[in-house]
Amino acid sequence: MKTTWGERIFDGGNIAFLTIFGLTTLYPLLYIITLSFSTPADAMAMKFYWFPLHPTLMSYEKVLAHPDLVSSYVNTLIRTGVGIAISLTMTAIIAYPLSRRTFPHRKLIMKLFVFSMLFSGGTIPMFLLVKNLGMLNTLWALVLPGAVSAFNMIVMRNFFEGIPTEIIESARIDGASEMRVLMRIVLPLSVPVIAVMALWVGVAHWNQWFDALIYTQDNRWQVLQLFLRRTVVDATVSLTPGEDMNRIREEYTPESLKAATIVAVTLPILFLYPFIQRYFVKGIMLGSVKG
Amino acid sequence: MEIRRAMPRTGDSVRTTRWQGQWRVYKQHRALIMMLLPGLALFLLFSYVPMYGIIIAFKHFQITEGILGSPWAGWDNFERLFQGKGFEQALRHSVLIAFLKMVFVFPAPIVLALLLNEVRLTWFRRTIQTVTYLPHFFSWVVLAGILFPFLGSDGGFNKLLSLFGISNQLWLLEPDYFYGTIVLTDIWQSAGWGSIVYFAVLASIDPTLYEAAIADGASRWRRIWHISLPSLAPTVIIMYLLSIGHFLSVGFDQIYNLMTPPTSEVGEILDTYVLRRLLTMDYELGTAAGLFNSTIGLTLVLVANALVKLYDKDRGLW
Repeated sequence: MKTTWGERIFDGGNIAFLTIFGLTTLYPLLYIITLSFSTPADAMAMKFYWFPLHPTLMSYEKVLAHPDLVSSYVNTLIRTGVGIAISLTMTAIIAYPLSRRTFPHRKLIMKLFVFSMLFSGGTIPMFLLVKNLGMLNTLWALVLPGAVSAFNMIVMRNFFEGIPTEIIESARIDGASEMRVLMRIVLPLSVPVIAVMALWVGVAHWNQWFDALIYTQDNRWQVLQLFLRRTVVDATVSLTPGEDMNRIREEYTPESLKAATIVAVTLPILFLYPFIQRYFVKGIMLGSVKG
Repeated sequence: MEIRRAMPRTGDSVRTTRWQGQWRVYKQHRALIMMLLPGLALFLLFSYVPMYGIIIAFKHFQITEGILGSPWAGWDNFERLFQGKGFEQALRHSVLIAFLKMVFVFPAPIVLALLLNEVRLTWFRRTIQTVTYLPHFFSWVVLAGILFPFLGSDGGFNKLLSLFGISNQLWLLEPDYFYGTIVLTDIWQSAGWGSIVYFAVLASIDPTLYEAAIADGASRWRRIWHISLPSLAPTVIIMYLLSIGHFLSVGFDQIYNLMTPPTSEVGEILDTYVLRRLLTMDYELGTAAGLFNSTIGLTLVLVANALVKLYDKDRGLW
């Protein structure tokens, strides 16, 4: 293919634009990592730099010693683990019956799910429901309300529908119960969709903070994101409890402490990112099947 | 006589067989029904019981009386809502931000996908994709935690600008910059991720179309205009319909986390208004505002879907 001057200018401009866009996306993230390793003097100086000028771990030492960080980490891990387990179980036991073409009232039930994506009761009726169920300040408030997502259920049902009915029917004729068919045949054939969904639900739980904000006001179930919000975003909770502010300003800046907290909180996601990203992209394709 | 006796019997048995037939279907599927019930119950509990809670919007709600026991209020709560200054202001901001996002944020992933599709260096394209997907995986709490130091007075952005001799600004504390920041940071967070769907469509276009266009002497722009864009149109319509259902929900997570006392004047939106009513236990007003929001969303998506189907029967969401 011959390239004309117009083509070359287009290509050059395009690559330049995308490079700038990529760097712009990355720079704030890189800046936070740099800041978390910086000394107070460098952090405050009006000087541009990509990497820490005098790398130090001082901010991390301070932040990792915070009493609430570890408990928040544990809470987030628990809610993520329990959340994935409940969510996948519930989604599978709904999706499997609805994937069977002879199932009674299948269309009506599907309509109920689709409608729930278009209309909802809203924040306050939901809050009052959780409250009336006595779930405030419990783990249940964080894992049950969002456990069945209509979208995930439809994606999983579509995947199940792709499994040849002959396999399921012959297993039934051989005397396998429906539960057994689901556990031994359908789920093993659906590993890709299960893996994608576990990651979707997992990342959503890891990042969720609003439910913890309104349902668990007593801090017993303070999750990482909420800890981050309180210490870094609205700064109502100190990152250095009980310390003299003047001493703090000499050794760490509040900014580098915040940066270190953010890095510490997002590290698991950053680590898993290459892996998660691949699965998520696959998941988008799974989900693009029209319900 | 024979016939007369036969008639009701036939009617009876039709009714019985239909009922028996239905019963047999249930019986045949009882294992599946038992399997479905717990999940379905959980779904109905957390999706449809809150819809019943909407009644609060039409009640003088007293928490001790419960939803049923509280006295009816008719449209009183809505009158209070529309007369109060807070709601009108929140609504105005929501509509304004919704339009800004529809004009600037919605097309961003489409443009990005078109540009990525024109890149022939695979490694470069992959790198840009990997980088631009990244912010999607962080919550807005984390992103706000990144943006506050970054856009602060001695933050990275000002350090960068100082290279060009531009003086310090407090980007997130200045009400004038708020909407601009909201739009730009939303593009930052979502454009890369949103481009995946569009890029997949572009990648599936038959390459012979482009080859024929090149043979006919079509320039890059003409190929984008006449081949790439029309191929994207159905997907754009679907994504538009999906987004318009949340028209007035203009990004609670983003705005709530980026809002500061100085910008709360311009940053109050419907969703933050509802949260404030929740925290002050003004439940009926908050429910009414939430109902207003979701009714507008439902209406918009129904109308838009009908319009699309009027134009082309197969293009709607359902």
